[in-house]
Amino acid sequence: MKNRIRTARPHVNRNEALIFERSTPGKRGVDLPPLDVPPASPREALGDSYREAIEGFPEVSELEVVRHFTRLSTWNYGVDTGLYPLGSCTMKYNPRVNEAVARLEGLASDHPYAPEPLAQGCLEVLHETARCLAEISGMDAVSLQPAAGAQGELTGILMMRACLAERGNPRQYILIPDSAHGTNPASVTISGYQIRNLKSNERGCIDLAELSRAMTGEVAGLMLTNPNTLGIFETQMREISDLVHARGGLVYMDGANMNALIGVARPADFGADLMHLNLHKTFTTPHGGGGPGSGPVAVKTFLEPYLPSPTIEKLSDGSFRLNHDRPKSVGRVRAFYGNFGMAVRALAYILANGAEGLRQTTEDAVLNANYVLARLRDVYDVPYDQPCLHECVLSDRRQAARGVRTGDIAKRLIDYGFHPYTTSFPLIVHGAMMIEPTESASQDELDEFIEALRSIAEEIEEDPGFVLKAPHTTRVARLDEVGAARKPILRWKP
Amino acid sequence: MRYLPHSPQDRSEMLAAIGLHSKDELFAQIPESLKLRGDLKLPGPLSEPEIVEFFQAAAARSSREYVSLLGAGAYSHYRPVAVEALLARGEFFTAYTPYQAEIAQGTLQALFEFQTLITQLTGMEAANASLYDGSTATTEAALMAMRLTRRNQLVVARTVHPEYRQVLATYVGHQGTRVTEVPWSASGELDRRELEAAVNPETAAVIVQSPNFLGVMERMGEIAEFVHRNAALLIVAITEPLSLALVKPPAEADIVCGEAQSFGVPVAFGGPYVGFLATREKFIRQMPGRLVGQTQDTEGRRGFVLTLAAREQHIRREKATSNICTNQSLCALAATIYLCLLGEKGLKALAEQNFSKAHYTARQLARAPGASLPFAAAFFNEFVVRAPGDAEALLAELQREKILGGVHLRRFYPELEDHLLVCVTETADRGALDRMARVYARWAGHSPALETPARDSTTAKAG
Amino acid sequence: MSYPTELLYTKDHEWVRVEGEVGTVGITDYAQKELGDIVFVELPRPGDAVTAGESFGTLESVKAVSDVFAPVTGTVEAVNAKLQDQPEMVNADPHGQGWLMRVRLANRAETEKLMLADTYETYLQEAKAP
Repeated sequence: MKNRIRTARPHVNRNEALIFERSTPGKRGVDLPPLDVPPASPREALGDSYREAIEGFPEVSELEVVRHFTRLSTWNYGVDTGLYPLGSCTMKYNPRVNEAVARLEGLASDHPYAPEPLAQGCLEVLHETARCLAEISGMDAVSLQPAAGAQGELTGILMMRACLAERGNPRQYILIPDSAHGTNPASVTISGYQIRNLKSNERGCIDLAELSRAMTGEVAGLMLTNPNTLGIFETQMREISDLVHARGGLVYMDGANMNALIGVARPADFGADLMHLNLHKTFTTPHGGGGPGSGPVAVKTFLEPYLPSPTIEKLSDGSFRLNHDRPKSVGRVRAFYGNFGMAVRALAYILANGAEGLRQTTEDAVLNANYVLARLRDVYDVPYDQPCLHECVLSDRRQAARGVRTGDIAKRLIDYGFHPYTTSFPLIVHGAMMIEPTESASQDELDEFIEALRSIAEEIEEDPGFVLKAPHTTRVARLDEVGAARKPILRWKP
Repeated sequence: MRYLPHSPQDRSEMLAAIGLHSKDELFAQIPESLKLRGDLKLPGPLSEPEIVEFFQAAAARSSREYVSLLGAGAYSHYRPVAVEALLARGEFFTAYTPYQAEIAQGTLQALFEFQTLITQLTGMEAANASLYDGSTATTEAALMAMRLTRRNQLVVARTVHPEYRQVLATYVGHQGTRVTEVPWSASGELDRRELEAAVNPETAAVIVQSPNFLGVMERMGEIAEFVHRNAALLIVAITEPLSLALVKPPAEADIVCGEAQSFGVPVAFGGPYVGFLATREKFIRQMPGRLVGQTQDTEGRRGFVLTLAAREQHIRREKATSNICTNQSLCALAATIYLCLLGEKGLKALAEQNFSKAHYTARQLARAPGASLPFAAAFFNEFVVRAPGDAEALLAELQREKILGGVHLRRFYPELEDHLLVCVTETADRGALDRMARVYARWAGHSPALETPARDSTTAKAG
Repeated sequence: MSYPTELLYTKDHEWVRVEGEVGTVGITDYAQKELGDIVFVELPRPGDAVTAGESFGTLESVKAVSDVFAPVTGTVEAVNAKLQDQPEMVNADPHGQGWLMRVRLANRAETEKLMLADTYETYLQEAKAP
């Protein structure tokens, strides 16, 4: 019980009201320069449609705005605050230089419809990022248009459909292992396919016999994550992809877990036909409290004609242009060219590392996950007991016997100063505790994290009730989610 | 590698703790035949100054020296310094989606404020915590309307942003959804007679943009009445939400969606931006994207949580209302900070400046012989001008004056050859606007195919 | 809670009360406990067709969504509109005020395959045994 933390010091900034409650009529946080043209009257031009007031809109000074958001920021936990071992989210360090270069005048200010000769810098960044991602994945062509991983999935599945339709039959089903992220089935459904779930084998991996039964002529292909959501590599990947290909299907890889593979193995080399990458996971673009993300799709040559339009091409004179003339393209999935600012950051990260640095990064990420696994396995249950890659999955089986579940342990970790791991996922593990330390965790920090989880295990033995009420040190205690969902309050009202 | 915290000794100690002898054993589970042989062929490693230099070189090959009159869904507005200063706080930008509410109250409260601001601006009752961008928000609104009405056809104004319509087509194209497009009338507004011909009992929603892609404000009341008489839903898409400071919100609509990039998010060659979607309270269970709700903790203190999550992909999987996983939290935060800084008075004053400048420019350009304003309906900060002569050559001439003079609408509408979409925000100063008007005046009467116009930049700049 | 003898039960933990040609449908006490606090109920519209064994709606808790399966085939006559505002009634009174829908039965013979209360309780006991 020596590590038990009961209270934290009160924080002076803990009671910041909503900005609307701080508002006083007549204040503003900006002054505009004088108008340098003769004024026109919108009231006259708009007549009945003229708007007199924006009811309830805040009116505050600049300092009040700065204090408000600074205070709110102190209620957040970020990668900058400490270890953020959220499995499947790859919460790694977001290098500061990425932020600086993304804000350079010329990159941050160029208009998407600027004439191509005046947008060469932006086009080069997109082209170079795509080229690097192609090399990393082993694929032949990349589109940076998808705005996030889920949109990358949608784009990829639509490309599969377009390709198979051209071969004569788009087919009806996509196979998805039961360990998959929830976005996979959602994206597949929105693409107009139906799901067939594949039951994992006792290793948590794809069962070849099961796959062989399921992979019929009605199935367009397999969507898999490799390493899978248990952090385990599909060792039979070659057999899996050969089987799918032999039956006329395609292999889509969810690249969410690429942090385990860069510089070690390439999806195209082990049988994937197309995939998406998450720049906000693997390539250090910040998660931003839930976005923006970026989910480029990478494909083999035979799928290139179906990439979203436009694509970016490098001409023989070294200049870049947008190619809108793509008759077989699945179309457009987002206005303009995707989340350009995220490409700038990802490229800065790749350049900072080079091949050698990226490989070292992968090694450290895998080392860290295995270190955590090795030092917690005597205290927490390991449902699929084998070495992992970039993340490990434990379970609350032993603690559940004392009435404490994965979500409760997670909340108690907050009191020890850590962000929780991912709870209750993947679904094939009951009471899952999914830990992805990433390469950004130092040995010291991992040791403290491990000690915290060991200490919580002791607390559960001694006083489970205390853990059930955690966190004890945060600005707010556990929040009533049932009440929030039954009677939703989604906006402030005067 | 400067981002990695392990020393060589740390690595050996940790390997030993796991019981391994070499780092290669970490990857023992990957069959040798599937491993990469050799190194990736990538540039780098680069030091920080080298990285800065690389991107500065790229940034130099841009239009940053030019006055931009480009809009069309991406608007240049001045961004107060405080926006960037607050966004740079690591607690905001290095956090994940606020699933652990107790240590994410900052993001959650800010998003709740964002939702509130969007409802105030749009006149709706509920807004989500943002979507990818305006194009995907419009598409999500259409899918939502089809779920709500259980109908499978859409009617879309041709004056909805062409790229938004392309995204919509990609999403619904393979689901047997029929999309009927309705042209504009002589005034630039939605053609009412064509609209009435297009709507039928299977129409789930009518999608109208205002100000529309031609800059024209639609009169929403009449459209809404007709749409509702047909038991369809009205979706209003907005690409320039600053207009909402001057124009009554489309409160008759069922869903108001669009792009909030104008509010403190840089133009950044098209993204990241911040889509929004707002609707009536009775439709919230069918909304896509994340929602933040107010609740209380066990001590009765106010707090915020992600709510109604059962609509979302991570729970509902193949039955989710949308496959969206990330939103655009940080951009929504930028918009929230921006709107708080401007406040009601500031936003209104800014919108009035945009309005005045755009109308001033339109008048000046239209005075050039051969130039005209083809659409008579009211506009905000963007309008169509028919160029006096070859628009491409005119744009090239303006470029020589360091002005990006507009978007040639031919690329989206073949019938609008030589029509330019011009956007004037507060960032364009009068000197540049007058210079542009002089180029127009000088251009009139020239036949550029035969004659290269005089390039007298000194005269032009003296204005 | 005991399981009312006038109801018939399914293996998916729904019940039906048959009165003449109409069956009232809900979920069992066991099911509501498994789901936890129900926050939203999604039901079909009157006039919709439902098929025995197929999903006719969903029940949402904070972190889960569960399909509910029709015990009988027929046409929806009415749904419990009160659940829109008070989904918690499914938790509080699953066999009574927390009913979900009324169905005009297409095939009364179907109900013969359903379990009686004592059979259902035995079924639950067996399901709980390790």
